[in-house]
Amino acid sequence: MAVLELDAVSGGYGETEILHNVSMTVEAGEIVVIIGPNGAGKSTAMKSVFGLLNLTAGRLLLDGDDITGTGPEKVVRLGVCYVPQTENIFPNLTVHENLEMGAYLRNDDYSGRLDEMYALFPPLAAKRRQPAGTLSGGQRQMVAMGKALMLEPKILLLDEPTAGLSPKFRGEIFRVVRDINKAGTPILMVEQNAKQALSIADRGYVLVDGKNRIDDTGKKLLANKEVAEMFLGGGKKTKS
Amino acid sequence: MEQFYGYFLYGLSLLTFGGIYSILTLGLNIQWGFSGLFNAGIAGFFAIGAYVSAILTTAPSARHLGGYDMPIGVGMLVAMIVTAAIAWGVSRICIRLRSDYLAIATLGIAEIFRLILKNEVWATNGARGVSYVPKPFENITEPWNQISMTLLVLGTVIVLYFLLERARTSPWGRLMSAIREDEDAALAAGKDVERLRIQAFVVGGAIMGLGGAMMAHYLKFIDPQAADPLTATFLVWVMLIVGGSANNKGAILGAFLMWTVWSATEILTSRLPDALAIRTAYVRVFLIGLVLQIVLQKYPGGILPERRLRAASGKQPQNPE
Amino acid sequence: MMDFLSFYLIPGIVLGSIYALGAIGVSLTFGILRFANFAHGEIMTLGAYVTLTLIQLTGWHPVVLLPAAMVVVSIVTLGVDRYFYKPFRTSPVIIVVIASFGMMLMIRSVTQFVWGVQLQAFVPGVQRPLIFFEALRISPRHMIIVGCALVLMAVEHWLLTYTMIGKAMRAMSDSPELARLTGINTEMVIKATWIVGASAATAAGVFLAYDSHVDTMMGFQILLPVFAATILGGIGRPYGAMAGGLVIGLAEELSAYPWIGSEPLLSPGYKAGVAFAIMVAMLIWRPSGLFRGRVF
Repeated sequence: MAVLELDAVSGGYGETEILHNVSMTVEAGEIVVIIGPNGAGKSTAMKSVFGLLNLTAGRLLLDGDDITGTGPEKVVRLGVCYVPQTENIFPNLTVHENLEMGAYLRNDDYSGRLDEMYALFPPLAAKRRQPAGTLSGGQRQMVAMGKALMLEPKILLLDEPTAGLSPKFRGEIFRVVRDINKAGTPILMVEQNAKQALSIADRGYVLVDGKNRIDDTGKKLLANKEVAEMFLGGGKKTKS
Repeated sequence: MEQFYGYFLYGLSLLTFGGIYSILTLGLNIQWGFSGLFNAGIAGFFAIGAYVSAILTTAPSARHLGGYDMPIGVGMLVAMIVTAAIAWGVSRICIRLRSDYLAIATLGIAEIFRLILKNEVWATNGARGVSYVPKPFENITEPWNQISMTLLVLGTVIVLYFLLERARTSPWGRLMSAIREDEDAALAAGKDVERLRIQAFVVGGAIMGLGGAMMAHYLKFIDPQAADPLTATFLVWVMLIVGGSANNKGAILGAFLMWTVWSATEILTSRLPDALAIRTAYVRVFLIGLVLQIVLQKYPGGILPERRLRAASGKQPQNPE
Repeated sequence: MMDFLSFYLIPGIVLGSIYALGAIGVSLTFGILRFANFAHGEIMTLGAYVTLTLIQLTGWHPVVLLPAAMVVVSIVTLGVDRYFYKPFRTSPVIIVVIASFGMMLMIRSVTQFVWGVQLQAFVPGVQRPLIFFEALRISPRHMIIVGCALVLMAVEHWLLTYTMIGKAMRAMSDSPELARLTGINTEMVIKATWIVGASAATAAGVFLAYDSHVDTMMGFQILLPVFAATILGGIGRPYGAMAGGLVIGLAEELSAYPWIGSEPLLSPGYKAGVAFAIMVAMLIWRPSGLFRGRVF
């Protein structure tokens, strides 16, 4: 049984339909990547899980349970944590306070989890009393991820975690993503940096114009000619 | 017969006040209905227009600035020009910022003007106000003088209505509508959104100034109470919201309707014994406020909702997270 | 010098403290609920009148009665939010601003209906100033006001910095959308915001009345300086609001000082204009405020 499943999902914001019959799964322990050209609906597919979309068809399943139509507040409680692409930290709260907010729904003693986060993201430990907004882009991304992980979610959704980061930080973020996954959390990730993303992915889905185009293992997609043509060749596309 | 005549005159006053308030709501409609600008300082423009016209047209007086003895028409025209200039200044500062800021700034402007009008006694006679303001047709015999005044006001309303309807369906009006629907798209299409908004604000302000001038001449008197946020700002807002914002017919309907309610409840409560009468004034305000809340929640379009120029859907643009 | 301190600087600090308390509430609701609450002034007025009634019932000192007044006013404010603002949580902001404009008049009319419009004194009698250093005059009331204001601001600081709900309030002020995605109970944070804001406003109203008198227009009269203080300090920055309040209060009182020559720099009738001028200057020059709050 998949941890997360999108089953023939169609929908969009308001009246425009962006996704058409999109299906994908994330199995236990996996890193699954969604890639595709700009405007393909990648972020939209991710947001559908989090209840931020008007669905006109299809189902969303978490561990086999139907969560279609559940709003974001409840989806968090069910164990799905989401790191949006922008505005994903509280800039005026300190790093530590951001993590505390991430743990807002917890009633237990989570100091152990906090230590784990600082171990996972060493640069944050030294800056824990600094306002998160003063950190560099890469470190802010770490705060965003650490915050989302405080709830020990069943699955972590990342929306373009390396957008706007320098190549050095990109590598670091991908390393961290792999570490998080190794520690036991399955990850669904939308990425523009397809090549690097696929190299750490177990499987990938290519979305074009809001529809499934190809899906395969990470390795096979990297070797796939069509994928290469679409956007692996000619240098990396960086989002401005 | 006497009583009938009394009712007749009262009816005329309803029409006149309703008409003057219609001018105000039409002016507000350009700012709010067309361009989405929240003007919380209608009272300011209203008062400025009233005082300018009053000062220009009254005879010389030791108590206030004046003595220019200008014809009423000139007074009203200059009133419009002055309020337009002030509206221009205000919008230049605030137009780029969000509606809250514009609301606060305009409320502040109105309050400052009220203070100036109250404090600069040499110019305005302070709290005692400017009296003996000339009234159109006042030398004609009763009741024709009243009737003529009413007709003048109603005529102005009609002329304004047609002008504004023409503006609404003109390319300018369609552009304003497009900006209100989707500002980003308009900006992307290269439209100077700021300039258009300023234009709307200025025109609306000038019309409010005209309304103020008319009131001064109708009442033959004006005092800083004219800048009272309750009657000069809030009431106009209620009129527009209830009647139907972004709809000129709605603006006029709302003005006449709410004024009649306001005036009728005043008469009813004035029949009560004094101690009670004062208190009921507050009940009236409370109820008018409640009407506003109910309309906002249940009938946001007002009695006469906006007639869209295109067949596009009337939904608010969704904000994707 | 002593005159300057006694009649201009100290009243400026007192007024500034009152503005600061008023501005805290506006800043919080502006930052978290994203709208300028025009009814805030009336909350201050209501706080003063509720306290007046409590004084008449118990004979106790207004400061002692403050917590009780805060509870009453908070309940009223939560009710207003529930029935008149909550329906507009997802509507365009301007609608709830209009609603708050309407609430301003509705609350004021209730206050006028229940208590009437005559000026009333909180505590009868004239206050005699204490005299320090033979010339510095400070009235005990002023000392109480400033002292209490400092205590309240310290409580506010503790709340925002050391409690979960306070941090959640700051988080929501940063980003309501992210707060929702994080699982923060946004409605609870909103209620907490109203309670804190209403309590601060109650204190502002009580201190204002304590310093002068109660009347039904007092809240509206200081609404503009309070908004100015909020914008000056930066929206969503409670500490900025405190600083902004102090600046505005001082500026208002000091504007009447005969800096040049023997006439007041600004005619006292225009004191309200000072706050307004500062606000307009901020809007033109730096809309995010001194402490870089939100700009919408």
